[in-house]
Amino acid sequence: MNELRSKVKELLGSNALELFIGYERGTRLPRPLLAASAEDADRLIFDEYCTGNLAVYLTRKDLVGGKKTGIAASYYAMRNICRLLDENQLQEGAIKIFGLTPEGTLKAFDTIADVRRYLQETPAPSKQVEDEWVQEIDAMPAAERWKFWTSELSKCFKCYACRAACPMCYCTKCIVEVNRPQWVQPWAATLSNMEWQINRVMHMAGRCADCGACGTACPLGIPVHIIAHKMAEMVRQSFGEPAGKGAVLSTFNPNDEENFIR
Amino acid sequence: MSTEFEPKILAFVCNWCTYAGADLTGTSRIKYASNVKIVRFPCTGRIDFMLLLKAFAGGADGVIVSGCHPNDCHYTSGNFHARRRWMLFRGLLDFLGIDVRRIQFSWVSAAEGAKWAEVVNKTVADVRELGPYSEYKKAAEFLAGNEDVLLKEQEVAQ
Repeated sequence: MNELRSKVKELLGSNALELFIGYERGTRLPRPLLAASAEDADRLIFDEYCTGNLAVYLTRKDLVGGKKTGIAASYYAMRNICRLLDENQLQEGAIKIFGLTPEGTLKAFDTIADVRRYLQETPAPSKQVEDEWVQEIDAMPAAERWKFWTSELSKCFKCYACRAACPMCYCTKCIVEVNRPQWVQPWAATLSNMEWQINRVMHMAGRCADCGACGTACPLGIPVHIIAHKMAEMVRQSFGEPAGKGAVLSTFNPNDEENFIR
Repeated sequence: MSTEFEPKILAFVCNWCTYAGADLTGTSRIKYASNVKIVRFPCTGRIDFMLLLKAFAGGADGVIVSGCHPNDCHYTSGNFHARRRWMLFRGLLDFLGIDVRRIQFSWVSAAEGAKWAEVVNKTVADVRELGPYSEYKKAAEFLAGNEDVLLKEQEVAQ
C-alpha cells in the first residue's frame, strides 16, 4: 500500500501523471478515489477488497479527458482497458496501469503489451459462483426460466446502474434514450426491463470482460451479471476467445456452425 | 365461424432471396398457410433483433426469419453477420426463458418457392400446436394484472 502511495506521489509530483484513479477506504467496501495531488494520494489503498471496476472512469471525458492518467486495475479492469484500446477509446501513451496480482502484490506495467502478456499468462480469477448460477438456470425447463427472470426483472426500476458501472457502456447516446423509434419503453415494466437487458447484453457480445460490475452495481440485487456471463460463455463456445480488433458481431467466419437454421 | 386458434406469424425476409422466393411460390400457384404476414427487408443483416421482440410484444405467435443461403448474399456478407447475431440471440432468449420454438430461421433462395411454402406450413403447424403466445405479450403490457389496484387508486376519497 505504501509502495503504491509513494509511487503515485512521485508520479503526480513530477507531472508524469495528472490524475490517478484508485481506491480509498469507504464505509463498507473501498470506494473510488480520483487523486490529483500528493495529499490525495495519501488516502490511496489497494487490497483484495478493491474489486470494483475503475476502468469505467477512463472513458469519462469530463474527468479524464486528455489527462495523463494512472489507474489501479483489477484483472478484469485490465481486460476492459485492452478492449477499450482495441476500440480506439483510449490513447495508449496516456495511461499507466497498476495491477494487483493474485498473490496480493502490486505490479506496475510500463506498456500495454506487458498488460496483454500478463492477462494471457495469468489465469482469470474464478467465476465458480457465476458458473453455478448459469448451470442451475440452464437446467430449468423454459417455463421456469421465464418465471425466474420475469420475477427478477419485475423488480428493476430502471436506474441504469448496470449501464453506469460498465466500462464498455461508453456510448454518449444510448438506445434507451433514443425515441425515434423508441425501442425500449422508458417506464419500468417487466418486459421493457428485459428488453433493456437483452439489448445491453447483445451490445456486450464479445466485448464484455465478464467483470460482474453490473450485478454488483444493481441496488436491487438482480443477477444481471449472470446474463452477461452466459453471453460471454456462449461467445467463447461459438467463436472462441475474442481477440484483437473487431467485435464478435461485426466480423464473421463463413464456417460458423449452427444447428437451427433450416 | 370456426373458433380454432389461428396463429399469427410474422415473417422477416430479405428482398433478394426469400421475398423473391415467396413471389415464386405464388406464381407457381403453390398453396400455403395464409397466417403469415411478410415484412420485406433489404438484407437479413438489416433485421434488428429488437424487431423480433417487438413482433411478439405486438401479438405475433410465431416469427420466421429468412434470407439468402450462405455465400449468396446480395451484399456478400449480410447473412453471415446475421447468422452470428442469431446464434447468440437465440441462445440468450432461451436462457431468459423466451420460447425459441416460436422463431424459425431459414435460408430460402429465389428459386425455392416450394421450400418457402414448406417452411411456412411447418411453422404454422408447430405454432398451432404450441398455442397462442400470451406470456410475452402480458409482460409487455404496462400494469398488466393490476387493473383493480389502478381503479382503486383512481377512486376519489369520499
